[in-house]
Amino acid sequence: MSVLVGTRKGLFTVDRTGRTGSAGNAGYGVVATEFLGAPVTAVLDDARDGTTYAALDHGHFGVKLHRRDAGDTSFREIAVPEYPERPADATDINPMSNQAVPWALQLLWTLAPGHTDQPGRLWAGTIPGGLFRSDDRGDSWEMVRSLWDRPERAEWMGGGYDWGGIHSVSVDPRDARSLTVGVSIGGVWCSDDDGTTWELGTGLRNAYLPPEQAYEPGPQDPHRLDRCSADPDVVWCQHHNGVFRSTDGGRTYTEIEERPPSTFGFAVVAHPHDPATAWFVPAQADEQRIPVDGRMVVSRTRDGGESFDVLGTGLPDQHAYHLVYRHALAVDSAGERLAMASTTGSLFVSDDAGDTWTHVTSGLPPVACVTWTD
Amino acid sequence: MAVLHFTRALQRHVDAPSERVDGTTVRAALDGYFERHPEVRGYVVDERGIVRRHVAVFVGGEPIADRDAQSDAVGPDTEIHVMQALSGG
Repeated sequence: MSVLVGTRKGLFTVDRTGRTGSAGNAGYGVVATEFLGAPVTAVLDDARDGTTYAALDHGHFGVKLHRRDAGDTSFREIAVPEYPERPADATDINPMSNQAVPWALQLLWTLAPGHTDQPGRLWAGTIPGGLFRSDDRGDSWEMVRSLWDRPERAEWMGGGYDWGGIHSVSVDPRDARSLTVGVSIGGVWCSDDDGTTWELGTGLRNAYLPPEQAYEPGPQDPHRLDRCSADPDVVWCQHHNGVFRSTDGGRTYTEIEERPPSTFGFAVVAHPHDPATAWFVPAQADEQRIPVDGRMVVSRTRDGGESFDVLGTGLPDQHAYHLVYRHALAVDSAGERLAMASTTGSLFVSDDAGDTWTHVTSGLPPVACVTWTD
Repeated sequence: MAVLHFTRALQRHVDAPSERVDGTTVRAALDGYFERHPEVRGYVVDERGIVRRHVAVFVGGEPIADRDAQSDAVGPDTEIHVMQALSGG
């Protein structure tokens, strides 16, 4: 089992090397590099067939997607999602910047596997807000127009990026037609019919709009959603303004008001088997976006958000300025190992569900995403 | 026939050899090239066929004026260079 780390300057594979370095890295080290120099924005290790997917943002030369089949040693380029032509009478304009939304792929932000009954099905969440579906392992893509054409999309805004985008796509393991999608900034969208129709999740609360709009379901900024595989009704949400939990598949949310040391952050992962357990990486809200008091910690709940353990053993505890992005915290399929990596190029691994951490390296480029491979 | 060249920075990602191309406009020249090398298209233009924001196309040493439709004229012995723009790093 290894960790794939997608960074500003390439994809790194980290595994046990059997050598413990001077930094006390517990034998973990970089064992392979791919795409050196190219920003890797999303990575997926598809447990259904062992395929690895890596999305690149070449900047000058556009967004690309690469696939490595199980057993192969190298990637090859495959198709990327393509936006349709913007109609001359389109009225979608970013309400904050007043600029027309470009109908062209800006970033491939997340890749998610389809249901186990749908071999070849992949989902891609992109900026500026398109959700795409593939049924041939990424050889071709189709935009989900039913979501793109929702009138509410005209109100989507960028959170950190210039345009709204889809960062979380989750398929209910019990029902291939049931989808939960997170949009920054545009709320949580749920479908029961394989993306034919959509409904907005409710119960999220924002603090960046006038108070009477705090619970409007559309202008919400869920930073990341993650679902418990064994109890798929349970969906955790790290939101711009707090922590929320759903027990109906992402349709309605209850706020968890206390989450030490802060309720701000980007990343959340759900325990794959225990619906009461989830991990978060809190940060100082939201003007600073650094660890609270310069101390790096992970907050874990084991009782559905009633209480949290603040876990810092092995993590830097002073003058640590790591920010962990929404896709840069991952748990393995057993719910035992965690990997976490930061914008300042550090990778941390825990073999005991977060109780203790190993600082594997501090020499990576800024990290966008991590995932475990089975 | 014009001759189409691609920056070395692009060759890192995709094989794009220099070739002679038909066509009286940049668009026609590029399309002819992309027909033979379809894997190069997405690196130079986006899904709308517009030259990518950080790609520069020069015809006879001058940047093209029409990045959207590439209607700039191409003469019989013109050198066309597809470069990495200095914008955006």
